[in-house]
Amino acid sequence: MSVATASPDDPHAVGHGPRTEAHGGVASKRIIVGYGFWIFLVSDIIMFAAFFATYAVLSGATAGGPSGKDLFDLQTTAVETGCLLLSSFTCGMATIAAHVRRQGWFQAMMAATFVLGAAFIAIEVHELAGFVGRGAGPDRSAFLSALFALVGCHGVHVTAGLLWLLTMMAQVYAKDFRDDIMRRILCWTLFWHALDIIWVALFTLVYLIGSAA
Amino acid sequence: MNLLGKLTWAAIPWDSPLPLFASAAAALAILGTLGWVVARGHFPYLWKEWLTSVDHKRIGVMYTVLALVMLLRGFTDALMMRSHQAIALHSNGYLPPEHYNQVFSSHGTIMIFFVAMPFMIGLMNFVVPLQLGIRDVAFPTLNSVGFWLTATGALLVNISLGVGEFSRTGWLPYPPLSELAYSPGVGVDYYLWALQISGAGTLLSGINLTTTILKTRAPGMSLLRMPMFCWTSLASNLLIVAAFPVLTATLAMLILDRYLGFHFFTNDHGGNMMMFMNLIWAWGHPEVYILILPAFGIFSEVVSTFSSKPLFGYRSMVMATMVICVLAFMVWLHHFFTMGAGGDVNAFFGIMTTIIAVPTGVKVFNWMFTMYGGRVRFDVPMLWAIGFIVTFVIGGMTGVILAIPPIDFLLHNSLFLVAHFHNVIIGGVLFGAFAGYHYWFPKAFGFRLHSGWGKAAFWFWLIGFYVAFMPLYVLGFFGMTRRMQHYDVPDWQPWLIVASVGAGLIAIGIGCLIVQLVTSIRDRKELRDPTGDPWEGRTLEWAVPSPPPVFNFAVLPEVSGEEAYWAMKHAVRGGPEPSYGAIELPRNSPTGVVCAFFATVMGFALIWHIWWMAIAGLFGAWATFIVFAWRDHSEEIMGADEVRHTDLGARGQPA
Amino acid sequence: MSDEAPAPAAPGVGVEEQSSVGVQVLGYTVGLAMAVILTAVSFYIVHSPLIWTPGIPMGLVVLAIAQMGVHLIFFLHLSTGPDSANTVLALAFGLLITFLVVAGSLFIMANLNANMPPMGQIMAMQR
Repeated sequence: MSVATASPDDPHAVGHGPRTEAHGGVASKRIIVGYGFWIFLVSDIIMFAAFFATYAVLSGATAGGPSGKDLFDLQTTAVETGCLLLSSFTCGMATIAAHVRRQGWFQAMMAATFVLGAAFIAIEVHELAGFVGRGAGPDRSAFLSALFALVGCHGVHVTAGLLWLLTMMAQVYAKDFRDDIMRRILCWTLFWHALDIIWVALFTLVYLIGSAA
Repeated sequence: MNLLGKLTWAAIPWDSPLPLFASAAAALAILGTLGWVVARGHFPYLWKEWLTSVDHKRIGVMYTVLALVMLLRGFTDALMMRSHQAIALHSNGYLPPEHYNQVFSSHGTIMIFFVAMPFMIGLMNFVVPLQLGIRDVAFPTLNSVGFWLTATGALLVNISLGVGEFSRTGWLPYPPLSELAYSPGVGVDYYLWALQISGAGTLLSGINLTTTILKTRAPGMSLLRMPMFCWTSLASNLLIVAAFPVLTATLAMLILDRYLGFHFFTNDHGGNMMMFMNLIWAWGHPEVYILILPAFGIFSEVVSTFSSKPLFGYRSMVMATMVICVLAFMVWLHHFFTMGAGGDVNAFFGIMTTIIAVPTGVKVFNWMFTMYGGRVRFDVPMLWAIGFIVTFVIGGMTGVILAIPPIDFLLHNSLFLVAHFHNVIIGGVLFGAFAGYHYWFPKAFGFRLHSGWGKAAFWFWLIGFYVAFMPLYVLGFFGMTRRMQHYDVPDWQPWLIVASVGAGLIAIGIGCLIVQLVTSIRDRKELRDPTGDPWEGRTLEWAVPSPPPVFNFAVLPEVSGEEAYWAMKHAVRGGPEPSYGAIELPRNSPTGVVCAFFATVMGFALIWHIWWMAIAGLFGAWATFIVFAWRDHSEEIMGADEVRHTDLGARGQPA
Repeated sequence: MSDEAPAPAAPGVGVEEQSSVGVQVLGYTVGLAMAVILTAVSFYIVHSPLIWTPGIPMGLVVLAIAQMGVHLIFFLHLSTGPDSANTVLALAFGLLITFLVVAGSLFIMANLNANMPPMGQIMAMQR
């Protein structure tokens, strides 16, 4: 049996690369975890893309029911946006507190983030309940189905993020800033900031353009 | 309030003996096996070494076992359909329409989601870390959760055999037929929740393997030194990450329609069922590449190994793989050319579809040039590879025919289409899976599969495939549409009888595979492979003993080029003993199997509208994760002495 | 994408450890300020007479994209450095797929709507 390795003068080496590239080996755990969660976020964004596409296609299908212009109250949206933006900031402060291992600051900033996130959810639920009360529930038209699903999907994500937030507070309280918990905090902050980005797309494409059109 | 939701005794199909007996037999078989395992005292071993294992090799094997078991189930459906159609001229055959509809729906669902997917994911799980020269995947526990969620989906589909009914809408639940107005039963709900749960598992597995390939490789293993199978796995997993969220969203919309009265795809209130076709195929087309790309990788490995040559055109192969990965997302409309889009849209997607044939053609030529001038050894994996090349080229060409919109208008939903996709999925994916199964079996278990029975299985499968599906091409030209429960065109019957004979030949092929497995286990002493490298392999998985020790590589290999093992082969054997060090191993965890238990409870409860139970299941799954997150030690250290002992033991040279 | 730097990074990794608390707080504050300004402008121009009405949606989309960029850089610490190539590539792949799914759906469905009568009409014809 001939030993056919890929050397430059070997005719079998057609299309094969040089042998000089360097690579460092297995990455650190923090990088692996952060990257894996980043891939999850990319997949989550694509799931939102499907809901956005559906909303865009069905936004005119009001079936004689109310349209976005009739329903949206931009002041509510502005307050919601303010809550989420501030919560992203406090979330960042919590990250810094975690990096310098300050339990008190971390807990305070996470609590602030929780309050802001919960306020966002409360306002959103109140707004959607108001739509239902006015006979504009998701069963009224395809447009409202798409609206409730898109906004609701984001809301469910925020709610899950809040549950996760409480878990992280409890974990840091019980076990301090251990390496694996620091990695989870990293993932949680990525999640929280990503939800903010999706909200930017949401308030622009749904609420602002919906009430401008 | 009814504590059991819609579930009553009427859910058991007392009046139809076929599913009743089948499900009773399956349940008895499962309970009997469990009882035997417990009675013989094997359960602790099973629980500690397999069910709670986070070892990628064990999980890969479990995925493959799931796929093989489900293959039997899905193939039984196929036999029923072929034999039914062979006699259903001017008559109702032997399957009543509502049952026949469930049979073709469950056949497609099971074959794609619970045979092809777990087979491919299982092989990737087993092989990729070994080929990359590392000790485990990036997220071992997540890997276990992913597998068990897939198993949950398979379980739910099979429960539907005995409790309630399965979907009658085909393997994709097209609305408005799948809406509550036309499918009020639980069949579609079984489909939806089984796929949502197993889809979540698939997504986890995709994230895991993508991260593994991009972030954890042995020192020196740059991207362009990876074996071809790792590249195609990367592309396939990128597609999983990108496509499965679309499936989740689409099925979630159908669930909202059915459960909460939303109007995404209904006929009334502005719903648009065509949006469903659009979204489901935006997932569905990438899905076929998720299945075929790993198979391309397997063939690349097999062809190169058994031709005793490096893969021809490695870089063009990488390029073709990544081009397919992106193009896969630009062609989905060709599944519904006839839905009413205009000529410009159809032309665009028709052209994009034919363009995909270019990178695929590059691959076929590369395999042929790899064989050219090589010393080809016709072992069983190589037979599957050669059978694949011929069969897949035929299937690819009928695909290009279907990609031309005017022709598609004639052949859409005919048996020509059915023949085409079986041609590429059996001839491509399944042959690839079997090639990989024969190729890597000795690596997984330390002994080869009996080659005589393997050759017999190959020939029965190959000939059976042609006898079963070439008549369907003809019937498609005759105008026979798919999914017909009965028909009144006498000209069709001879072809359908030939097709059922083909299905019989494939059944013999499956029988040969079973006999092969049994005799190989019986004769494992003679078939033992003491070298760890039975095929003169060229990649790193052959550098470790068979079966590999739990840590794969006692010392991480240093890679200095493509075909890492070929270069180091002679240094590994008989060289000086490496300096062993302590190794950190992930601890086994019951998180996956417990989480799957709660997911099963939740899925079943949601299907039957048993809300308290659904909430309990969801809470249980969440609590499982909290318990997992609370554990203090996620790794255990294996000391250098034990590593040395295990490694030398696995190499058959006890210390 | 063949060559990789020796220490590939993930998003949000590595930035904080190197700089002082003050610098980090400043980063988040600048990000928040920019995000608030962009949001405020968005909400202002919706009903503002300053902008040509048909151009408003386009302007809103531009502002939203700018704001997403701000979030990515100041909150998620995405950088263009060679060490985060894999991260940026993954995001780019995701955005490409997002674009293909959304634009493809709109392209296909708009064409279908133009070529076929509305659903209600089809149902009425079948009665």
